Amino acid sequence: MKFAILAFPGSNCEMDLYYAIQDIMNEEVELVSYKKNSLEGFDAVLIPGGFSYGDYLRSGAIARFSPIIPALQEFAKSGRPVLGICNGFQILTEAGLLPGSLQKNVSAKFICQTEPLVVNNAGSLFSSAFKLAQIINLPIAHGDGNYYCDQETLKRLIANDQIIFKYRNNPNGSVANIAGITNKAGNVLGMMPHPERAVEDILGSSDGVGIFQSIVNYVKSREVVAHG
Amino acid sequence: MALVKVYVNYKKSILNPEAQAIQKALGRLGYDNVNDLKLGKYFEITVADDISRDDLNKEINDICDKMLANYNMENYHYDITETEAAQ
Repeated sequence: MKFAILAFPGSNCEMDLYYAIQDIMNEEVELVSYKKNSLEGFDAVLIPGGFSYGDYLRSGAIARFSPIIPALQEFAKSGRPVLGICNGFQILTEAGLLPGSLQKNVSAKFICQTEPLVVNNAGSLFSSAFKLAQIINLPIAHGDGNYYCDQETLKRLIANDQIIFKYRNNPNGSVANIAGITNKAGNVLGMMPHPERAVEDILGSSDGVGIFQSIVNYVKSREVVAHG
Repeated sequence: MALVKVYVNYKKSILNPEAQAIQKALGRLGYDNVNDLKLGKYFEITVADDISRDDLNKEINDICDKMLANYNMENYHYDITETEAAQ
């Protein structure tokens, strides 16, 4: 299968993702510039962390109007997997592909540390390699990671089982301890923690592999159905 | 020419830790009369004068809704003032 990694001016985790997919998952991967307008030929799209456009205006607010975004919206609508990590999550909320928004951490501090997460839904295409309620350890590194949505939206997220990962010790003030959510269809995930920084034990954790493995399993199972 | 001054601020329900940090620092400096402090964004947009007021209002609302403000957590308002055209 083939992954696309979108690269915006100010992205800074795209190569970490690239190595995670190429060297750990042994899958095809290609960087796609924000200036392109097609995602044809890809099975999944990853949006990396960083500070696209310097976080000017709001995190993700300017990247959201890049030439690649209409292609991303089409790709998401087709039901194929889209994963936005950190700034990628912020871009997805700004683009209207995920509900809510990411605010300043409640402490007003940039937080860079490993956090235990609770797997809140192990049935999604991004989390099937985990067990429900499993604790996984992933690093966070953000200043604007405080997930906010209104009560109505939160009710819908809970009712549709869209909350995939929760913080065990909420580090940033997120509503309902939310660390990662999907869209209603379940094929777009946004999360603040960085799975690509936790793909080898030498990095402190390899729990991030489960997320990429879940995506690979999902895409390959669909290929079998399509060709079978 | 017209000058549009756009003010964007957080909705009341949204916590603003940056504003709180500033307010606390003012308290430490002894400004005991400060009861509340808000921190928002301010934009100045200059527009050509060959656009009707209705169209201008429509365009500024569009700009704010689309980009300058995030309706999840922010409100905005704006004032339009006529300025003299460049000679």
